[in-house]
Amino acid sequence: MAQKYYQKEIETMPVEEMKKLQSEKLVKQVKHVYDNVEYYRNLMDEKGVKPEDIKGIDDLYKLPFLSKADLRDAYPYGLLAKPLSECVRIQSTSGTTGRRVVAFYTQHDVDLWEDCCARAIVAAGGTKEDVCQVAYGYGLFTGGPGLNGGSHKVGCLTLPMSSGNTERQIQFMTDLKATILCCTPSYAAYIGESLKEQGYKPEDIPLKAGIFGAEPWTEEMRQSIQNTLGIKAYDIYGLTETSGPGVSFECSEQTGMHVNEDHFIAEIIDPDTGEVLPEGSKGELVFTSLDKEAFPLLRYRTRDICVLSRKKCSCGRTLIKMAKPMGRTDDMLIIRGVNVFPSQIETVLLKEGYEPNYQIVVDRVNNNDTFEVNVEMTADQFTDKVGDILSMEKSLAEAMKTMLGINPKVHLVAPKSIARSEGKAVRVIDKRKLI
Amino acid sequence: MAIKQLTIFVENKQGALVSITDTLADNNVNIRALSIAETEDFGILRLIVNNEELAEKTLKDAGYLIKITDVVGVKIGDAPGKLSQALSVLDKANINTEYLYAFMARTEKHAYVVLRVEDIATAENALEDAGFHLITEADICKL
Repeated sequence: MAQKYYQKEIETMPVEEMKKLQSEKLVKQVKHVYDNVEYYRNLMDEKGVKPEDIKGIDDLYKLPFLSKADLRDAYPYGLLAKPLSECVRIQSTSGTTGRRVVAFYTQHDVDLWEDCCARAIVAAGGTKEDVCQVAYGYGLFTGGPGLNGGSHKVGCLTLPMSSGNTERQIQFMTDLKATILCCTPSYAAYIGESLKEQGYKPEDIPLKAGIFGAEPWTEEMRQSIQNTLGIKAYDIYGLTETSGPGVSFECSEQTGMHVNEDHFIAEIIDPDTGEVLPEGSKGELVFTSLDKEAFPLLRYRTRDICVLSRKKCSCGRTLIKMAKPMGRTDDMLIIRGVNVFPSQIETVLLKEGYEPNYQIVVDRVNNNDTFEVNVEMTADQFTDKVGDILSMEKSLAEAMKTMLGINPKVHLVAPKSIARSEGKAVRVIDKRKLI
Repeated sequence: MAIKQLTIFVENKQGALVSITDTLADNNVNIRALSIAETEDFGILRLIVNNEELAEKTLKDAGYLIKITDVVGVKIGDAPGKLSQALSVLDKANINTEYLYAFMARTEKHAYVVLRVEDIATAENALEDAGFHLITEADICKL
């Protein structure tokens, strides 16, 4: 029988005990930040909160929020809580939204982060017998280094592939019998398509599980990846700001991600008022780190729209679960006054039998928003009749209109013609921002 | 009996067409006939070539969206009214023609018509019964 937990005592700790542990850690973390981070000390002083006012997690609401804008203002060292001589690593976001974030780590921070990733791998059925192919980008992006470290801790044979070079990915996967694949869901789908094109059936592929994250994906996309690769696909969540992947992870129940509560407190707030909402409410996800040395963040607003649940899980973990984020407040597009999440487009595509490879292009012409969606067609869908392709485009546009309430112009394009960067598909091009 | 047509998706951008024809030329594929249907956003290129297997493989390897479609090839006399005769045969047999294109033979006094229909067998039988000569893959190679 495979090992069920990586750190059983923590992962199955009774809730009251966990809250006590969090309270103890929070008091120390707040003091550490107040003493060492001038930027946050000023925020606390402005709000009239002293470290002594924080006696446990029930006082968390008293602390000021941190936002992505704060991280940008404080770039690069403004939120650092340890001397650089104590730090051993940085990681950084891709800066695709124009706001590069650099996070710092001491060796202690790296260890805790890798433990979090190891928990995710064990929850996906990983043991030291497994061969773990890490096809997240390596380098500044947290995906590769995080899962690489977690895989080492579990004792898997680790294939540090990084993203890209799909031919080589497939060769190593099949030659060395990789059993666990870690990458972005869009890259997993792409590898799946390539394997299918080369004639591999799900039963010929050695993989048994996949740990996919770093970008939003839908339940329909999970089903499609599971079917193509013949695996169980597990979600993993994290942000560079909070260390990287492994803030929360999915178990065999596949009904949400357990938050590593010994390292992070999760809250849901009303994004407009900042008010903390009760369990089960939909709102913005906020994280507070509990034992970070170099880059501790208190009440960091993720912009992710999400729901938390304390419902008992069949896997035995007592850690609170977060639902798959429904979208980022950042990702949300407002087109002709209507809120559009890219995940809604993805849902329509999978329902209509398309691969989830698409790109939304928004522009403004004569003060009107244009809304176009490019969708990759599969070889099976391609036909020699122009009329058929035009009517496919029309019915797809209608299905999107039903879902969104506004009418896009749909263009079917050739497979693999939509750009992918670092394995992350570029889903949205909003030309309105460039003006 | 049907002949094989290569159908290729062409993106509406500068150089898209020439890169396809270059790929074929580099692999020594000879184009016998072609037609292109275009919309605002994309085109569909249809080709009859001397070696469709090689053409399909090279274009697929180069990343093109490609499909092999069965079409009917028929030989008609190079004289006014001959195309009409062939088409009226299909019309009488209730066969709807999706699209067609034609090309001239180099040496003989003939033209060839490529017809895309749903029911190939019925179309071929109707044309042969009316005395038309169908062209085969072997004929294409000899052209």
